[in-house]
Amino acid sequence: MGTAVHFDRVAKRFGSLQALAGVSLEIAEGEFFGLLGPNGAGKTTLISCLAGLARPDAGSVRVLGRDVVADYREARRLLGVVPQELVFDPFFSVRETLRIQSGYFGIRNNDAWIDEILENLDLTAKADTNMRRLSGGMKRRVLVAQALVHRPPVIVLDEPTAGVDVELRQGLWEFIRRLNGEGHTIILTTHYLEEAETLCGRIGMLKQGQLVALDETASLLRQFSGHTLTLRLGQGGLPAALVPRLLSREGAVCRLRLAGFAELEQVLADLRQAGCGVADLKLDEPDLEEVFVRLMRGEVSREAVQP
Amino acid sequence: MMLGFRTLFYKEVLRFWKVGFQTVAAPVLTALLYLLIFAHVLDENTRIHGVTYTAFLVPGLVMMSVLQNAFANSSSSLIQSKVTGSVVFVLLPPIAYGEFFLAYVLAALARGVVVGLGVLLMTLAFAPLQLAHPLWALAFAVLGGAMLGALGMIAGIWADKFDQLAAFQNFLIMPLTMLSGVFYSIHSLPPFWQQVSHFNPVFYMIDGFRYGFFGVSDAAPQQSLLVVSVCFAALTALTLALLKRGYKLRA
Repeated sequence: MGTAVHFDRVAKRFGSLQALAGVSLEIAEGEFFGLLGPNGAGKTTLISCLAGLARPDAGSVRVLGRDVVADYREARRLLGVVPQELVFDPFFSVRETLRIQSGYFGIRNNDAWIDEILENLDLTAKADTNMRRLSGGMKRRVLVAQALVHRPPVIVLDEPTAGVDVELRQGLWEFIRRLNGEGHTIILTTHYLEEAETLCGRIGMLKQGQLVALDETASLLRQFSGHTLTLRLGQGGLPAALVPRLLSREGAVCRLRLAGFAELEQVLADLRQAGCGVADLKLDEPDLEEVFVRLMRGEVSREAVQP
Repeated sequence: MMLGFRTLFYKEVLRFWKVGFQTVAAPVLTALLYLLIFAHVLDENTRIHGVTYTAFLVPGLVMMSVLQNAFANSSSSLIQSKVTGSVVFVLLPPIAYGEFFLAYVLAALARGVVVGLGVLLMTLAFAPLQLAHPLWALAFAVLGGAMLGALGMIAGIWADKFDQLAAFQNFLIMPLTMLSGVFYSIHSLPPFWQQVSHFNPVFYMIDGFRYGFFGVSDAAPQQSLLVVSVCFAALTALTLALLKRGYKLRA
Protein backbone atom coordinates (compact mmCIF):
# COMPACT_ATOMS: atom_id res chain seq x y z
CA MET A 1 0.00 0.00 0.00
CA GLY A 2 1.26 3.45 -0.93
CA THR A 3 0.93 6.65 1.01
CA ALA A 4 -2.42 8.40 0.60
CA VAL A 5 -1.57 11.59 2.46
CA HIS A 6 1.82 12.79 3.58
CA PHE A 7 2.17 15.79 5.90
CA ASP A 8 5.81 16.78 6.11
CA ARG A 9 6.73 19.18 8.95
CA VAL A 10 3.68 21.35 8.30
CA ALA A 11 3.73 24.64 10.21
CA LYS A 12 1.13 27.37 10.16
CA ARG A 13 0.86 30.53 12.21
CA PHE A 14 -2.12 32.90 12.48
CA GLY A 15 -0.79 36.12 13.98
CA SER A 16 0.63 35.17 17.36
CA LEU A 17 -1.08 31.78 17.36
CA GLN A 18 1.05 28.83 16.30
CA ALA A 19 -1.78 26.72 14.88
CA LEU A 20 0.51 23.95 13.61
CA ALA A 21 4.01 23.50 14.96
CA GLY A 22 5.60 21.17 12.42
CA VAL A 23 3.26 18.22 12.05
CA SER A 24 4.55 15.16 10.21
CA LEU A 25 2.14 12.37 9.51
CA GLU A 26 1.73 9.66 6.90
CA ILE A 27 -1.60 8.03 6.19
CA ALA A 28 -1.58 4.88 4.08
CA GLU A 29 -3.93 4.09 1.24
CA GLY A 30 -7.07 2.36 2.45
CA GLU A 31 -6.73 3.49 6.06
CA PHE A 32 -9.60 4.73 8.21
CA PHE A 33 -7.71 7.37 10.14
CA GLY A 34 -8.97 9.43 13.05
CA LEU A 35 -7.63 12.87 13.87
CA LEU A 36 -8.56 13.91 17.39
CA GLY A 37 -7.85 16.84 19.62
CA PRO A 38 -9.63 19.51 21.63
CA ASN A 39 -10.98 22.66 19.99
CA GLY A 40 -8.14 24.83 18.75
CA ALA A 41 -5.66 21.95 18.60
CA GLY A 42 -5.13 22.50 14.88
CA LYS A 43 -7.24 19.72 13.35
CA THR A 44 -9.16 21.95 10.97
CA THR A 45 -6.02 23.94 10.09
CA LEU A 46 -4.28 20.70 9.17
CA ILE A 47 -7.25 19.66 7.03
CA SER A 48 -7.30 23.15 5.45
CA CYS A 49 -3.64 22.82 4.48
CA LEU A 50 -4.44 19.46 2.91
CA ALA A 51 -7.45 20.85 1.02
CA GLY A 52 -5.70 24.01 -0.21
CA LEU A 53 -7.94 26.27 1.88
CA ALA A 54 -4.88 27.38 3.81
CA ARG A 55 -1.23 27.49 2.83
CA PRO A 56 1.39 26.17 5.23
CA ASP A 57 4.13 28.61 6.25
CA ALA A 58 6.57 25.73 6.12
CA GLY A 59 6.50 22.07 5.19
CA SER A 60 4.55 20.33 2.49
CA VAL A 61 1.47 18.18 2.00
CA ARG A 62 1.06 15.54 -0.68
CA VAL A 63 -2.02 13.59 -1.73
CA LEU A 64 -1.07 10.31 -3.43
CA GLY A 65 2.25 11.88 -4.27
CA ARG A 66 0.83 15.16 -5.62
CA ASP A 67 1.92 18.33 -3.87
CA VAL A 68 -1.15 20.36 -2.85
CA VAL A 69 0.50 23.67 -3.83
CA ALA A 70 2.69 22.90 -6.86
CA ASP A 71 0.29 20.33 -8.33
CA TYR A 72 -2.93 21.67 -6.82
CA ARG A 73 -5.30 20.68 -9.59
CA GLU A 74 -4.36 17.01 -9.54
CA ALA A 75 -4.19 16.94 -5.72
CA ARG A 76 -7.69 18.41 -5.41
CA ARG A 77 -9.07 15.91 -7.89
CA LEU A 78 -7.90 13.11 -5.60
CA LEU A 79 -9.47 14.64 -2.52
CA GLY A 80 -13.06 14.92 -1.28
CA VAL A 81 -13.56 17.19 1.70
CA VAL A 82 -16.62 17.51 3.90
CA PRO A 83 -16.20 20.90 5.57
CA GLN A 84 -17.00 21.41 9.22
CA GLU A 85 -19.28 24.43 8.83
CA LEU A 86 -22.83 23.70 7.73
CA VAL A 87 -22.68 25.66 4.47
CA PHE A 88 -24.92 25.56 1.41
CA ASP A 89 -25.78 27.55 -1.67
CA PRO A 90 -29.34 28.80 -1.17
CA PHE A 91 -30.05 29.26 -4.89
CA PHE A 92 -30.11 25.60 -5.85
CA SER A 93 -31.84 22.28 -5.28
CA VAL A 94 -29.97 19.22 -4.00
CA ARG A 95 -29.59 17.77 -7.49
CA GLU A 96 -28.51 21.08 -9.01
CA THR A 97 -25.94 21.45 -6.24
CA LEU A 98 -24.48 18.02 -6.98
CA ARG A 99 -24.49 18.52 -10.76
CA ILE A 100 -22.71 21.85 -10.40
CA GLN A 101 -20.16 20.32 -8.04
CA SER A 102 -19.55 17.52 -10.59
CA GLY A 103 -18.95 20.14 -13.27
CA TYR A 104 -16.38 21.92 -11.10
CA PHE A 105 -14.45 18.66 -11.07
CA GLY A 106 -14.73 18.33 -14.83
CA ILE A 107 -17.33 15.55 -14.76
CA ARG A 108 -20.41 15.70 -16.99
CA ASN A 109 -23.38 13.30 -17.06
CA ASN A 110 -22.81 12.21 -13.51
CA ASP A 111 -26.45 11.44 -12.71
CA ALA A 112 -26.08 7.69 -12.21
CA TRP A 113 -23.48 8.20 -9.48
CA ILE A 114 -25.38 11.17 -8.04
CA ASP A 115 -28.48 8.97 -7.73
CA GLU A 116 -26.44 6.30 -5.99
CA ILE A 117 -25.02 8.80 -3.50
CA LEU A 118 -28.49 10.24 -2.84
CA GLU A 119 -29.85 6.75 -2.26
CA ASN A 120 -27.08 5.86 0.16
CA LEU A 121 -27.47 9.07 2.10
CA ASP A 122 -31.25 8.73 2.19
CA LEU A 123 -31.73 11.93 0.19
CA THR A 124 -33.56 10.60 -2.87
CA ALA A 125 -36.89 12.06 -1.80
CA LYS A 126 -35.26 15.48 -1.37
CA ALA A 127 -33.39 15.54 -4.70
CA ASP A 128 -35.43 18.41 -6.13
CA THR A 129 -35.88 20.35 -2.89
CA ASN A 130 -34.17 23.71 -2.53
CA MET A 131 -31.22 23.62 -0.13
CA ARG A 132 -32.84 26.32 2.00
CA ARG A 133 -35.72 24.02 2.90
CA LEU A 134 -33.62 21.13 4.22
CA SER A 135 -33.10 20.39 7.91
CA GLY A 136 -29.62 20.74 9.40
CA GLY A 137 -29.01 17.00 9.29
CA MET A 138 -29.99 16.83 5.64
CA LYS A 139 -27.79 19.77 4.71
CA ARG A 140 -24.94 17.93 6.42
CA ARG A 141 -25.61 14.87 4.27
CA VAL A 142 -25.64 16.99 1.11
CA LEU A 143 -22.18 18.24 2.14
CA VAL A 144 -21.05 14.62 2.30
CA ALA A 145 -22.62 13.99 -1.12
CA GLN A 146 -20.84 17.04 -2.58
CA ALA A 147 -17.50 15.70 -1.38
CA LEU A 148 -18.14 12.39 -3.16
CA VAL A 149 -19.34 13.50 -6.62
CA HIS A 150 -15.92 12.94 -8.19
CA ARG A 151 -15.29 9.59 -6.45
CA PRO A 152 -12.18 10.82 -4.68
CA PRO A 153 -9.74 8.12 -3.52
CA VAL A 154 -9.09 10.15 -0.34
CA ILE A 155 -12.09 11.37 1.66
CA VAL A 156 -11.77 13.85 4.51
CA LEU A 157 -14.63 14.30 6.95
CA ASP A 158 -14.24 17.24 9.33
CA GLU A 159 -16.72 16.71 12.19
CA PRO A 160 -19.29 15.15 9.86
CA THR A 161 -21.83 14.03 12.44
CA ALA A 162 -22.29 17.25 14.39
CA GLY A 163 -26.03 17.88 14.40
CA VAL A 164 -26.92 14.62 12.64
CA ASP A 165 -29.35 12.45 14.57
CA VAL A 166 -28.41 8.94 15.68
CA GLU A 167 -30.28 6.98 13.05
CA LEU A 168 -28.85 9.00 10.18
CA ARG A 169 -25.42 8.84 11.74
CA GLN A 170 -25.57 5.06 11.53
CA GLY A 171 -26.56 5.23 7.86
CA LEU A 172 -23.78 7.67 7.12
CA TRP A 173 -21.15 5.48 8.78
CA GLU A 174 -22.41 2.39 6.99
CA PHE A 175 -21.88 4.19 3.68
CA ILE A 176 -18.46 5.57 4.62
CA ARG A 177 -17.38 2.13 5.84
CA ARG A 178 -18.44 0.62 2.55
CA LEU A 179 -16.40 3.24 0.67
CA ASN A 180 -13.45 2.42 2.92
CA GLY A 181 -14.00 -1.28 2.16
CA GLU A 182 -13.85 -0.45 -1.56
CA GLY A 183 -10.41 1.06 -1.04
CA HIS A 184 -11.10 4.73 -0.31
CA THR A 185 -8.86 6.26 2.33
CA ILE A 186 -10.88 7.97 5.05
CA ILE A 187 -9.64 10.72 7.32
CA LEU A 188 -12.02 11.67 10.08
CA THR A 189 -11.97 14.38 12.69
CA THR A 190 -14.61 14.11 15.33
CA HIS A 191 -15.54 15.11 18.83
CA TYR A 192 -17.34 11.83 19.36
CA LEU A 193 -14.59 9.64 20.72
CA GLU A 194 -16.80 6.59 20.61
CA GLU A 195 -17.14 7.03 16.86
CA ALA A 196 -13.40 7.26 16.42
CA GLU A 197 -12.92 4.22 18.60
CA THR A 198 -15.29 2.03 16.62
CA LEU A 199 -14.44 3.32 13.14
CA CYS A 200 -10.78 4.24 13.00
CA GLY A 201 -7.99 1.73 12.62
CA ARG A 202 -5.41 4.31 13.59
CA ILE A 203 -5.60 7.52 15.52
CA GLY A 204 -3.52 10.66 15.76
CA MET A 205 -4.07 13.16 18.54
CA LEU A 206 -3.23 16.83 18.20
CA LYS A 207 -2.61 19.22 21.05
CA GLN A 208 -1.58 22.85 20.56
CA GLY A 209 -0.52 22.22 16.99
CA GLN A 210 1.58 19.15 17.76
CA LEU A 211 0.98 15.49 17.27
CA VAL A 212 1.02 14.01 20.80
CA ALA A 213 -0.08 10.49 19.96
CA LEU A 214 -0.12 8.33 16.88
CA ASP A 215 -0.89 4.64 16.97
CA GLU A 216 -3.35 1.94 16.08
CA THR A 217 -6.53 2.43 18.03
CA ALA A 218 -6.26 -0.92 19.83
CA SER A 219 -2.70 -0.38 20.93
CA LEU A 220 -3.41 3.19 21.97
CA LEU A 221 -6.13 1.84 24.22
CA ARG A 222 -3.89 -0.91 25.56
CA GLN A 223 -1.04 1.45 26.21
CA PHE A 224 -2.75 4.35 27.91
CA SER A 225 -5.93 3.04 29.29
CA GLY A 226 -6.71 0.07 31.44
CA HIS A 227 -9.79 -1.57 32.78
CA THR A 228 -11.51 0.27 35.57
CA LEU A 229 -12.90 -1.79 38.40
CA THR A 230 -15.65 -0.23 40.47
CA LEU A 231 -16.25 -1.86 43.86
CA ARG A 232 -18.80 -1.28 46.56
CA LEU A 233 -17.21 -2.55 49.73
CA GLY A 234 -19.51 -4.42 52.08
CA GLN A 235 -17.34 -4.41 55.18
CA GLY A 236 -13.87 -3.26 56.16
CA GLY A 237 -11.63 -0.70 54.46
CA LEU A 238 -9.70 -1.01 51.26
CA PRO A 239 -6.67 -3.30 51.81
CA ALA A 240 -3.35 -1.45 51.82
CA ALA A 241 -2.14 -3.55 48.88
CA LEU A 242 -4.83 -2.00 46.67
CA VAL A 243 -4.39 1.66 47.61
CA PRO A 244 -1.87 2.36 44.79
CA ARG A 245 -4.58 1.34 42.28
CA LEU A 246 -7.14 3.71 43.68
CA LEU A 247 -8.50 6.21 41.15
CA SER A 248 -11.29 7.69 43.22
CA ARG A 249 -13.35 6.93 46.27
CA GLU A 250 -16.80 8.01 47.33
CA GLY A 251 -17.87 6.43 50.60
CA ALA A 252 -17.87 2.70 50.10
CA VAL A 253 -17.49 2.94 46.33
CA CYS A 254 -13.90 2.66 45.10
CA ARG A 255 -12.64 2.87 41.53
CA LEU A 256 -9.46 0.95 40.89
CA ARG A 257 -7.24 0.87 37.85
CA LEU A 258 -6.24 -2.47 36.35
CA ALA A 259 -3.57 -2.67 33.69
CA GLY A 260 -5.38 -5.60 32.17
CA PHE A 261 -8.09 -8.11 32.66
CA ALA A 262 -5.67 -10.64 34.16
CA GLU A 263 -5.06 -8.49 37.22
CA LEU A 264 -8.62 -8.97 38.39
CA GLU A 265 -7.78 -12.29 40.02
CA GLN A 266 -5.00 -10.74 42.12
CA VAL A 267 -7.27 -7.89 43.24
CA LEU A 268 -9.96 -10.33 44.34
CA ALA A 269 -7.37 -12.41 46.20
CA ASP A 270 -6.14 -9.31 48.04
CA LEU A 271 -9.69 -8.47 49.05
CA ARG A 272 -10.40 -11.97 50.29
CA GLN A 273 -7.16 -12.08 52.23
CA ALA A 274 -8.00 -8.80 53.99
CA GLY A 275 -11.47 -10.09 54.77
CA CYS A 276 -13.25 -7.41 52.75
CA GLY A 277 -16.75 -8.17 51.58
CA VAL A 278 -17.78 -6.93 48.14
CA ALA A 279 -21.37 -5.77 47.77
CA ASP A 280 -21.15 -4.87 44.09
CA LEU A 281 -18.57 -5.03 41.32
CA LYS A 282 -18.33 -3.62 37.84
CA LEU A 283 -15.55 -3.89 35.27
CA ASP A 284 -15.26 -1.21 32.55
CA GLU A 285 -13.48 -1.67 29.23
CA PRO A 286 -10.70 0.70 28.35
CA ASP A 287 -11.99 3.63 26.31
CA LEU A 288 -10.59 6.30 24.12
CA GLU A 289 -12.03 9.07 26.23
CA GLU A 290 -9.74 8.18 29.09
CA VAL A 291 -6.72 8.04 26.78
CA PHE A 292 -7.72 11.37 25.35
CA VAL A 293 -8.23 13.06 28.69
CA ARG A 294 -4.94 11.73 30.07
CA LEU A 295 -3.00 12.82 27.01
CA MET A 296 -4.55 16.27 26.95
CA ARG A 297 -3.86 16.77 30.64
CA GLY A 298 -0.25 15.92 29.93
CA GLU A 299 -0.24 12.87 32.21
CA VAL A 300 1.60 10.95 29.53
CA SER A 301 4.89 12.31 28.30
CA ARG A 302 5.17 13.08 24.61
CA GLU A 303 8.24 10.93 24.19
CA ALA A 304 6.31 7.88 25.26
CA VAL A 305 3.97 8.16 22.33
CA GLN A 306 6.24 9.21 19.51
CA PRO A 307 5.69 7.00 16.50
CA MET B 1 -11.12 20.73 -20.87
CA MET B 2 -12.47 23.92 -19.21
CA LEU B 3 -15.66 22.24 -17.89
CA GLY B 4 -14.84 23.71 -14.50
CA PHE B 5 -14.90 27.20 -15.99
CA ARG B 6 -18.12 26.57 -17.90
CA THR B 7 -19.87 25.17 -14.84
CA LEU B 8 -18.79 28.09 -12.67
CA PHE B 9 -19.92 30.56 -15.32
CA TYR B 10 -23.26 28.75 -15.66
CA LYS B 11 -23.71 28.71 -11.89
CA GLU B 12 -22.94 32.45 -11.64
CA VAL B 13 -25.44 33.26 -14.40
CA LEU B 14 -28.07 31.00 -12.83
CA ARG B 15 -27.49 32.71 -9.50
CA PHE B 16 -28.62 36.12 -10.74
CA TRP B 17 -31.17 34.78 -13.20
CA LYS B 18 -33.04 32.89 -10.48
CA VAL B 19 -33.59 36.16 -8.66
CA GLY B 20 -34.03 38.17 -11.86
CA PHE B 21 -36.75 40.35 -10.42
CA GLN B 22 -34.20 41.83 -8.07
CA THR B 23 -31.09 41.63 -10.28
CA VAL B 24 -32.53 42.58 -13.70
CA ALA B 25 -36.01 44.06 -13.43
CA ALA B 26 -35.22 46.38 -10.51
CA PRO B 27 -32.22 48.14 -12.12
CA VAL B 28 -34.14 48.50 -15.39
CA LEU B 29 -36.90 50.27 -13.48
CA THR B 30 -34.39 52.52 -11.71
CA ALA B 31 -32.87 53.61 -15.04
CA LEU B 32 -36.33 54.24 -16.42
CA LEU B 33 -37.18 56.49 -13.48
CA TYR B 34 -34.06 58.57 -14.14
CA LEU B 35 -35.11 58.91 -17.74
CA LEU B 36 -38.67 59.95 -16.91
CA ILE B 37 -37.61 62.56 -14.37
CA PHE B 38 -34.66 64.15 -16.16
CA ALA B 39 -36.34 64.04 -19.55
CA HIS B 40 -39.42 65.70 -18.14
CA VAL B 41 -37.41 68.53 -16.62
CA LEU B 42 -34.83 69.09 -19.33
CA ASP B 43 -35.98 67.74 -22.65
CA GLU B 44 -37.74 70.81 -24.08
CA ASN B 45 -34.91 73.30 -23.65
CA THR B 46 -31.77 71.21 -23.99
CA ARG B 47 -29.98 69.79 -26.97
CA ILE B 48 -26.59 68.12 -26.62
CA HIS B 49 -24.43 66.89 -29.51
CA GLY B 50 -27.34 67.92 -31.73
CA VAL B 51 -29.87 65.52 -30.21
CA THR B 52 -32.68 65.97 -27.70
CA TYR B 53 -31.77 65.57 -24.04
CA THR B 54 -33.78 62.34 -23.79
CA ALA B 55 -31.96 60.82 -26.75
CA PHE B 56 -28.64 61.99 -25.27
CA LEU B 57 -29.46 60.45 -21.90
CA VAL B 58 -30.39 56.98 -23.20
CA PRO B 59 -26.88 55.62 -24.01
CA GLY B 60 -25.55 57.04 -20.74
CA LEU B 61 -28.23 55.28 -18.73
CA VAL B 62 -27.72 52.04 -20.63
CA MET B 63 -23.97 52.11 -20.04
CA MET B 64 -24.36 53.12 -16.40
CA SER B 65 -26.68 50.15 -15.89
CA VAL B 66 -24.19 47.81 -17.57
CA LEU B 67 -21.37 49.03 -15.35
CA GLN B 68 -23.21 49.13 -12.03
CA ASN B 69 -24.77 45.72 -12.51
CA ALA B 70 -21.57 44.08 -13.67
CA PHE B 71 -19.92 45.37 -10.50
CA ALA B 72 -22.85 44.31 -8.34
CA ASN B 73 -22.87 40.78 -9.72
CA SER B 74 -19.31 39.65 -9.08
CA SER B 75 -18.94 41.60 -5.83
CA SER B 76 -22.18 40.42 -4.25
CA SER B 77 -21.66 36.83 -5.32
CA LEU B 78 -18.21 36.71 -3.74
CA ILE B 79 -19.07 38.51 -0.52
CA GLN B 80 -22.21 36.42 -0.09
CA SER B 81 -20.39 33.12 -0.52
CA LYS B 82 -17.58 34.33 1.75
CA VAL B 83 -19.95 35.40 4.52
CA THR B 84 -22.06 32.22 4.32
CA GLY B 85 -18.99 30.02 3.87
CA SER B 86 -20.23 28.42 0.64
CA VAL B 87 -17.13 29.80 -1.10
CA VAL B 88 -15.46 26.48 -0.16
CA PHE B 89 -17.47 24.82 -2.93
CA VAL B 90 -15.49 26.78 -5.53
CA LEU B 91 -12.19 26.68 -3.60
CA LEU B 92 -12.01 22.90 -3.14
CA PRO B 93 -12.33 21.87 -6.82
CA PRO B 94 -9.43 21.90 -9.29
CA ILE B 95 -10.46 25.18 -10.95
CA ALA B 96 -7.44 27.16 -12.13
CA TYR B 97 -7.46 30.79 -11.01
CA GLY B 98 -7.59 32.00 -14.62
CA GLU B 99 -10.79 30.00 -15.17
CA PHE B 100 -12.11 31.37 -11.89
CA PHE B 101 -11.47 34.94 -13.03
CA LEU B 102 -13.00 34.41 -16.45
CA ALA B 103 -16.16 32.77 -15.06
CA TYR B 104 -16.90 35.58 -12.61
CA VAL B 105 -16.07 38.39 -15.05
CA LEU B 106 -18.10 36.93 -17.91
CA ALA B 107 -21.10 36.27 -15.66
CA ALA B 108 -20.85 39.86 -14.41
CA LEU B 109 -20.70 41.06 -18.01
CA ALA B 110 -23.70 38.88 -18.86
CA ARG B 111 -25.79 40.50 -16.13
CA GLY B 112 -24.60 43.98 -17.17
CA VAL B 113 -25.52 43.34 -20.80
CA VAL B 114 -28.91 41.82 -19.94
CA VAL B 115 -29.80 44.82 -17.77
CA GLY B 116 -28.39 47.23 -20.39
CA LEU B 117 -30.47 45.65 -23.14
CA GLY B 118 -33.51 45.81 -20.87
CA VAL B 119 -32.97 49.53 -20.32
CA LEU B 120 -32.42 50.10 -24.05
CA LEU B 121 -35.64 48.27 -24.93
CA MET B 122 -37.70 50.24 -22.41
CA THR B 123 -36.30 53.58 -23.60
CA LEU B 124 -37.31 52.89 -27.20
CA ALA B 125 -40.71 54.19 -26.18
CA PHE B 126 -39.22 57.59 -25.35
CA ALA B 127 -36.57 58.27 -27.95
CA PRO B 128 -35.89 56.85 -31.42
CA LEU B 129 -32.87 54.57 -31.52
CA GLN B 130 -29.78 55.73 -33.40
CA LEU B 131 -26.80 53.45 -33.74
CA ALA B 132 -24.19 55.23 -35.83
CA HIS B 133 -21.35 52.84 -35.00
CA PRO B 134 -22.73 49.70 -33.32
CA LEU B 135 -19.32 48.01 -33.09
CA TRP B 136 -17.88 50.90 -31.11
CA ALA B 137 -20.86 50.74 -28.76
CA LEU B 138 -20.39 46.98 -28.37
CA ALA B 139 -16.67 47.32 -27.73
CA PHE B 140 -17.22 49.83 -24.92
CA ALA B 141 -20.07 47.83 -23.39
CA VAL B 142 -17.99 44.64 -23.33
CA LEU B 143 -14.77 46.22 -22.10
CA GLY B 144 -16.51 48.45 -19.55
CA GLY B 145 -18.73 45.65 -18.22
CA ALA B 146 -15.77 43.29 -17.95
CA MET B 147 -13.69 45.94 -16.20
CA LEU B 148 -16.39 46.61 -13.60
CA GLY B 149 -16.83 42.83 -13.24
CA ALA B 150 -13.14 42.58 -12.40
CA LEU B 151 -13.38 45.54 -10.03
CA GLY B 152 -16.34 43.79 -8.39
CA MET B 153 -14.20 40.70 -7.88
CA ILE B 154 -11.52 42.78 -6.20
CA ALA B 155 -14.10 44.45 -3.94
CA GLY B 156 -15.77 41.11 -3.14
CA ILE B 157 -12.45 39.47 -2.33
CA TRP B 158 -11.26 42.42 -0.23
CA ALA B 159 -14.43 43.06 1.78
CA ASP B 160 -15.00 40.93 4.87
CA LYS B 161 -18.45 42.27 5.60
CA PHE B 162 -21.42 43.55 3.63
CA ASP B 163 -21.01 47.11 4.94
CA GLN B 164 -17.44 47.29 3.64
CA LEU B 165 -18.70 46.32 0.22
CA ALA B 166 -21.52 48.86 0.51
CA ALA B 167 -18.92 51.54 1.28
CA PHE B 168 -16.92 50.54 -1.80
CA GLN B 169 -20.09 50.76 -3.87
CA ASN B 170 -21.43 54.01 -2.42
CA PHE B 171 -18.20 55.97 -2.14
CA LEU B 172 -16.35 54.77 -5.21
CA ILE B 173 -18.57 53.15 -7.83
CA MET B 174 -21.58 55.48 -7.47
CA PRO B 175 -19.62 58.78 -7.69
CA LEU B 176 -17.46 57.46 -10.53
CA THR B 177 -20.50 56.46 -12.57
CA MET B 178 -22.79 59.37 -11.66
CA LEU B 179 -20.07 61.96 -12.35
CA SER B 180 -18.95 60.41 -15.60
CA GLY B 181 -21.11 62.39 -17.97
CA VAL B 182 -24.15 60.12 -17.96
CA PHE B 183 -26.41 63.11 -17.37
CA TYR B 184 -24.44 65.86 -19.09
CA SER B 185 -21.74 66.56 -21.63
CA ILE B 186 -18.57 67.43 -19.74
CA HIS B 187 -18.17 70.42 -22.07
CA SER B 188 -20.95 72.05 -20.08
CA LEU B 189 -18.76 71.85 -16.94
CA PRO B 190 -16.38 74.58 -15.68
CA PRO B 191 -12.83 73.94 -16.98
CA PHE B 192 -11.59 72.61 -13.63
CA TRP B 193 -14.24 69.91 -13.45
CA GLN B 194 -13.70 69.09 -17.10
CA GLN B 195 -10.08 68.36 -16.21
CA VAL B 196 -11.11 66.23 -13.21
CA SER B 197 -13.52 64.24 -15.38
CA HIS B 198 -10.64 63.22 -17.61
CA PHE B 199 -9.17 61.26 -14.70
CA ASN B 200 -12.35 59.22 -14.34
CA PRO B 201 -12.08 56.07 -16.46
CA VAL B 202 -15.86 55.71 -16.43
CA PHE B 203 -16.12 58.99 -18.35
CA TYR B 204 -14.33 57.34 -21.31
CA MET B 205 -16.64 54.33 -21.19
CA ILE B 206 -19.79 56.45 -21.26
CA ASP B 207 -18.38 58.85 -23.83
CA GLY B 208 -17.12 56.09 -26.10
CA PHE B 209 -20.37 54.17 -25.80
CA ARG B 210 -22.30 57.30 -26.70
CA TYR B 211 -20.07 57.80 -29.75
CA GLY B 212 -21.39 54.44 -30.95
CA PHE B 213 -24.89 55.90 -30.90
CA PHE B 214 -24.46 59.42 -32.27
CA GLY B 215 -21.02 59.44 -33.85
CA VAL B 216 -20.20 62.48 -31.69
CA SER B 217 -18.30 62.51 -28.41
CA ASP B 218 -16.36 64.67 -25.95
CA ALA B 219 -13.14 62.68 -26.37
CA ALA B 220 -11.88 60.84 -29.45
CA PRO B 221 -13.23 57.25 -29.35
CA GLN B 222 -9.78 55.82 -30.10
CA GLN B 223 -8.40 57.59 -27.05
CA SER B 224 -11.31 56.38 -24.92
CA LEU B 225 -10.84 52.81 -26.09
CA LEU B 226 -7.17 52.97 -25.21
CA VAL B 227 -7.86 54.32 -21.71
CA VAL B 228 -10.53 51.70 -21.03
CA SER B 229 -8.35 48.87 -22.40
CA VAL B 230 -5.38 49.89 -20.27
CA CYS B 231 -7.56 50.14 -17.14
CA PHE B 232 -9.11 46.74 -17.85
CA ALA B 233 -5.71 45.16 -18.39
CA ALA B 234 -4.42 46.63 -15.11
CA LEU B 235 -7.43 45.42 -13.12
CA THR B 236 -7.19 41.99 -14.75
CA ALA B 237 -3.55 41.71 -13.74
CA LEU B 238 -4.37 42.79 -10.18
CA THR B 239 -7.29 40.37 -9.83
CA LEU B 240 -5.28 37.47 -11.19
CA ALA B 241 -2.45 38.28 -8.79
CA LEU B 242 -4.87 38.31 -5.84
CA LEU B 243 -6.42 35.01 -6.92
CA LYS B 244 -3.03 33.40 -7.45
CA ARG B 245 -1.96 34.41 -3.95
CA GLY B 246 -5.30 33.31 -2.55
CA TYR B 247 -5.62 36.74 -0.93
CA LYS B 248 -8.42 36.61 1.69
CA LEU B 249 -9.80 33.48 0.05
CA ARG B 250 -7.21 30.95 1.15
CA ALA B 251 -5.71 31.48 4.63
